[in-house]
Amino acid sequence: MSPTVFFVAIVSAMLINNVVLMRFLGVCPFLGVSKKSETAIGMSAAVMFVMVVGSILTYLLYYFVLEPFEITYISTIAFILIIASLVQLVEMFIKKASKKLYKALGIYLPLIVTNCAILGIAETNIREGYAAEYGVGQGMLVATSSAFGAALGFALVIFAFSTIRERLEAADVPTAWKGIPISLVVAGIMALAFLGLEGIV
Amino acid sequence: MAKKKKDAGKLSVFTKGLIQQNPIFVFLLGLCPALAVTSSLETGVGMGILVIFVLTASNIVVSLFKNFIPEEIKIPAYIVIIATFVTIVDLGTEAISPPLYDSLGIFIPLIVANCLIMGRATSFASQNNVGRSALDGLGMSLGFGLAMALIGATREFLATGELAYGVYLPLGFEGSIIGLEAAPFSMEVFVGPAGGFIVIGVWLAIFNAIGQHRQHRRKIARDRWIEKKKQQAAERKRRKAMEGGSA
Repeated sequence: MSPTVFFVAIVSAMLINNVVLMRFLGVCPFLGVSKKSETAIGMSAAVMFVMVVGSILTYLLYYFVLEPFEITYISTIAFILIIASLVQLVEMFIKKASKKLYKALGIYLPLIVTNCAILGIAETNIREGYAAEYGVGQGMLVATSSAFGAALGFALVIFAFSTIRERLEAADVPTAWKGIPISLVVAGIMALAFLGLEGIV
Repeated sequence: MAKKKKDAGKLSVFTKGLIQQNPIFVFLLGLCPALAVTSSLETGVGMGILVIFVLTASNIVVSLFKNFIPEEIKIPAYIVIIATFVTIVDLGTEAISPPLYDSLGIFIPLIVANCLIMGRATSFASQNNVGRSALDGLGMSLGFGLAMALIGATREFLATGELAYGVYLPLGFEGSIIGLEAAPFSMEVFVGPAGGFIVIGVWLAIFNAIGQHRQHRRKIARDRWIEKKKQQAAERKRRKAMEGGSA
């Protein structure tokens, strides 16, 4: 297996199948914490950690526990529990490490649990059938790199979006469009731009 | 007074979720499925039906167990309850309506991560009794379903010029509600992700505009009322002064 597989997995998860703009995962934090670029960076760092570690753990759980015991139908419950406990860990860590970031992320930190991007990537890793294609061991590496790429894509889009929104604050927008409506239209235009990247890989 | 409030509240617990506190258009909860599976009316409605089941059931169970769940592990406990119902829905949909299962795909397990359901569990069901929680869940999820149907219908109509074309939901009929055969004018971008964002943005702006218009009219009416009262008071004062003067 050549290293290009990982590169392709990262690029396609980051740009072509962007989590927010193409797969509609994690739209709530995308709109919620993108008012300032500082919080956007903090959020995407937390999401990156939970997404990568979470997808490794869920992958291992699926192929070494759920599948041998033939209880794959409870995968949703098992995955969400793993993610919830990981988020608890990250929350405790950030609370200790940076009070300021903890305050800024506020309600969105426990809400990473209900960030569908993380559960979505964990589910996609299983559904894409990396294990069948590359074997369980190497499949895990591919799954991890696609999770990493997805997290990078999330960070890229949420950061770009937050800088646009900082400028929108100063723009003269009709009152009915102020806030979320105009942001959604901006997101739509960003999605149009990302359509142009389709077919690179 | 408390009793009166409760009696008046019974119906409003149910109806508030429909329009006044619509989860998608007012609270912006559950936007991921609202964007992802509303490329046509029937997927939007299908998702709405699944959410109605999950939210009502999870609200009932959460409110049943609210006194037994310690505060610290509230969120994991609620998540397990929600995930159980989502698994039921996942397996049920696969058995009853495979085409719907295929077209909703990964978004059925992702109902777990729908912030609407978690939000209602923590903010309403954990503080209210079973009946009120059930009503709240039903109303909120119906509001969600209505919004999904609205977005889905808009997108499908703009993209294809048709509504409910080739329905496969178990609704008992097949064929289109509106079929304009408007292929030359169809805008395929509205099926895609960009169209989803823009359609929701436009609907939000429309609802904002209506709300602002109403508020404006109410303000004008109130101002007029205050002005009238002021005039009456001035009139009374003048009359009193005149009476005092004559006496």
